[in-house]
Amino acid sequence: MEQSLTDRKAFYQILTRKIMVLILVVSFSPMILTTGILVYRFNLTYTEKIQAHISELVQKHTQNIDTFLSEKLGNIRYLARQFDSKQQSPKIFLQKNLGLLKKEYGDVFTDLGLVNGNGIQFAYEGPFKFENADYSDAEWFIKASDKPFYISDVFAGLRGHPHFIIAVKITSNGSDYILRSTINFGAFNSLVENIHIGKTGIAFLINSKGKLQTQTNVGLKQSIIASMMDSDCYKNNETIFAKKQDALGNKYLCVTSRLKNIDWLMVFRQDLNDAFRDLWKTQLLALAIFIFGCIAILSVAFTLPRNIVKLISSADKKSEVMNKQVVESGKLATIGELAAGIAHEINNPVAIMVEEAGWIEDLFEEEDLTGSENFDEFKRALSQINTQGKRCKEITHKLLSFARKTDSTVNDVQINDAVKEIVSLTAQMARYNNVIIETNLNEGIPYIRIAPSELQQVILNLINNAIDAMEKSGGTIKIETKISQIEKNHLVISMEDNGPGIPKNNLDRIFDPFFTTKAVGKGTGLGLSICYGIIQKMGGKIDVHSQIGSGTKFRIWIPFQEEIIEVTDNDSESEIQGEKT
Amino acid sequence: MIGNRKEEKIISVLLVDDEKGYINVLANRLSKRSINATKAYSGGEAIQILRKNDFDVVVLDLKMEDMDGVEVLKIMKKMAPEVPVIFLTGHGSQEAAREGISFGAFDYLTKPCELSELIEKIKEAYQCQLEESKGSHIE
Repeated sequence: MEQSLTDRKAFYQILTRKIMVLILVVSFSPMILTTGILVYRFNLTYTEKIQAHISELVQKHTQNIDTFLSEKLGNIRYLARQFDSKQQSPKIFLQKNLGLLKKEYGDVFTDLGLVNGNGIQFAYEGPFKFENADYSDAEWFIKASDKPFYISDVFAGLRGHPHFIIAVKITSNGSDYILRSTINFGAFNSLVENIHIGKTGIAFLINSKGKLQTQTNVGLKQSIIASMMDSDCYKNNETIFAKKQDALGNKYLCVTSRLKNIDWLMVFRQDLNDAFRDLWKTQLLALAIFIFGCIAILSVAFTLPRNIVKLISSADKKSEVMNKQVVESGKLATIGELAAGIAHEINNPVAIMVEEAGWIEDLFEEEDLTGSENFDEFKRALSQINTQGKRCKEITHKLLSFARKTDSTVNDVQINDAVKEIVSLTAQMARYNNVIIETNLNEGIPYIRIAPSELQQVILNLINNAIDAMEKSGGTIKIETKISQIEKNHLVISMEDNGPGIPKNNLDRIFDPFFTTKAVGKGTGLGLSICYGIIQKMGGKIDVHSQIGSGTKFRIWIPFQEEIIEVTDNDSESEIQGEKT
Repeated sequence: MIGNRKEEKIISVLLVDDEKGYINVLANRLSKRSINATKAYSGGEAIQILRKNDFDVVVLDLKMEDMDGVEVLKIMKKMAPEVPVIFLTGHGSQEAAREGISFGAFDYLTKPCELSELIEKIKEAYQCQLEESKGSHIE
C-alpha cells in the first residue's frame, strides 16, 4: 500500500511536470515567435519611415535654400547685366534697383554695392556708410575676382554681425567690377530655423570648413559640429543618413545634404532617444505585454497542471473508493448468502433437537416418573433444550434478516426497525467488549425510501468503530432517532459514545479514503469514507463532533418526503376515529 | 357444541420434508395430539401419496432435495385444490414463503416452531377448509 502510494505520487509528479512542460512549450514558442517577428518588422518599418520622413524634410529644405540662393543670385546677375557705367551713374543704378528689389522681396536684400578691380567700393546703396570701403583684402573679394559669380560664407565683416554676400563680376567698358549685395541673414536663417522635429531635432548649415552658417537656439560647440562631419558628406550629393555618437556618449541621428549652389551642408541633428521615442514607447509596451504574457503563462503552467492532477487524483481516489465499495458490498452479499445457507442448515437440526426434547416431554407424561429423583432435573434439562433452541432460532433469524438486506434495493424503511436490527446483531460483540448500547428511538418517524442494507452498513460501521475505540475500557453507545428540528424534512440518527474521542488533527480527515488510525491490517480506512458516500447518495449528510476524553458524536441527517408523513398522519387519525366509533 | 365435536375429529395431515428425523418425531407428537400424520420424505413421494389418499391439511417444507416446495404446491393445487397447505421452512427466506402464499398456500411457519403453534395453524387451516367447502355446498 505504502509502495503504491509513493508510486502514485511519483506518477502524479511526472504527470504534473509533463503537462507543465507542454503548456510552457506550446504557449511560449508561438508567443516568442510572434512577438519577435512583429517587433522586428515594426522596428524596421518604423525606422524606415522616420528615415524617409527626415530625409525628405531635409531634402526639401535644402532645395528651398538652393532655390532661394539661385533666385537671389539670378536677381543680382540680372542687375549686373543691366549695368552700363556709361549710361547711368552707378549710385542711381544701385538706388533704383535696391528700391525695386526691396519692393519685390522685402528685406531680403540689405544693400547693393559696386566694387572696382582694386577692391574699393566706389558706389553703395544701403543703410551703412560703406562708400569707398576697401575690400581688397576681404576673402570674398579675392574669391569673387576669379569667378563670374560668388556666394560668400557667413561672416561678421565690417558691420560686425553675421551676413553673407552675393557677388557678380561685371565687365563694362573694358573694366572689371563686382556687383555685390548683402543678404539679410535673418530672412535666410528663418529658412533653416523652421525645421523642428521633436524636442531635439535641429537643422543648420555649415560651410566646407565646418563653420556654422546659421544661428541655432541650441548652443553648438564647434568641436561637436566638427565631430559630426566626415569627408563623405561633402563628396556625396545625396542625402546621407547616419547614426552617430558624440563625445559625451549621446547617440544621435545625423542627416546631411549638400547644397548645389554653394559648398555648404544642410545638417539635421536629433537625439536618437527623441527621434525614436514613439518606437521605443511601442517597444516598451510590447515588452510589457510580453512580460505580462510570460507571467500569465508561467502562473497557468504552474497552477493548472497541479489542479488538473489534483482532479485526476481525486477522481482516481473516488473510483478506487467506489471499487472498494463494490468489493465491500459484494463481500457483504456473499456473507449474507453464506449466512442464509448456514441458517437453513442449522435450523433443521435445531428443529429436530427441540422436537425430540418435546417428544421426551410427551413420553414423560405416559411414564410415571414422578417418584424418580431425577425427574425435575430431566424436566429442567428439556426445558433448557427448548429455550436454547429458541435462542438458536433467534440468532439464525437475525442473520437471515441481515442477509436478506445486503442488496441495495430501495424500499420504504422504518429507521427505528433498521437500527433495532443492527443493535441486536452487534449486541453480542458489544457485551463481549463491555459496551452497553442504549437506544432512544422516537416514535412517529416517517418511512424513508432508501436501501436498508446501505443504511445498516453505515450504522454497523459506526457502532463497530465506537466499540473498537472503547475496546480497552468499555463504555456506552447512545443511539437516538428523531425528526430534525434544524433541517426541514430531515430525520436525524445520532450516535454518541463516551470513548477516548478523536484528536482534532484526525477529525478533519476521518471521512478521507484510506485514512485510518487502526494498526496495519486492522482497518482499510474506507469504512467512514463509504458511509459518507452512502449518506451523500441518500441526499443526506453526516457530521462528527468529538472531544478528547469525553467521546464522539456522529449525526446523520436523511431527507424524507412530506407526503409520507401526511399519509401516516391521516392513518393515525383514521385509527383514532375508528376507535372512537 | 358443533365446534367441539369438530375438534374431536381426527385431522389427517400429510407432513412433507426431506428431514426424516424431523417429520418422524413431529408425526409422533402430532399423533399424541389426535392428529393423524402421514410422512412423505420427498416432494415426489408426497404427490404420490396425495394421489391415493385424502388429507385435511398438508404441511410442506419449502426446500427439499428433489423438488422445490412451491413446485410441489403448484402440483398439489391442481390435484386437490381444496386441501390447505402450510409451509414449514427452515430457510429464513420469508419471500419464498410469501411467494408460496401467493400460489395458494394457507400460511407459513419457520423452523424451529412451537408444536402448539403448528397445531393451532393446522386446526385453523382445517377449519377454514371446512367452512369453504360448506360454503360451496350451499352455493
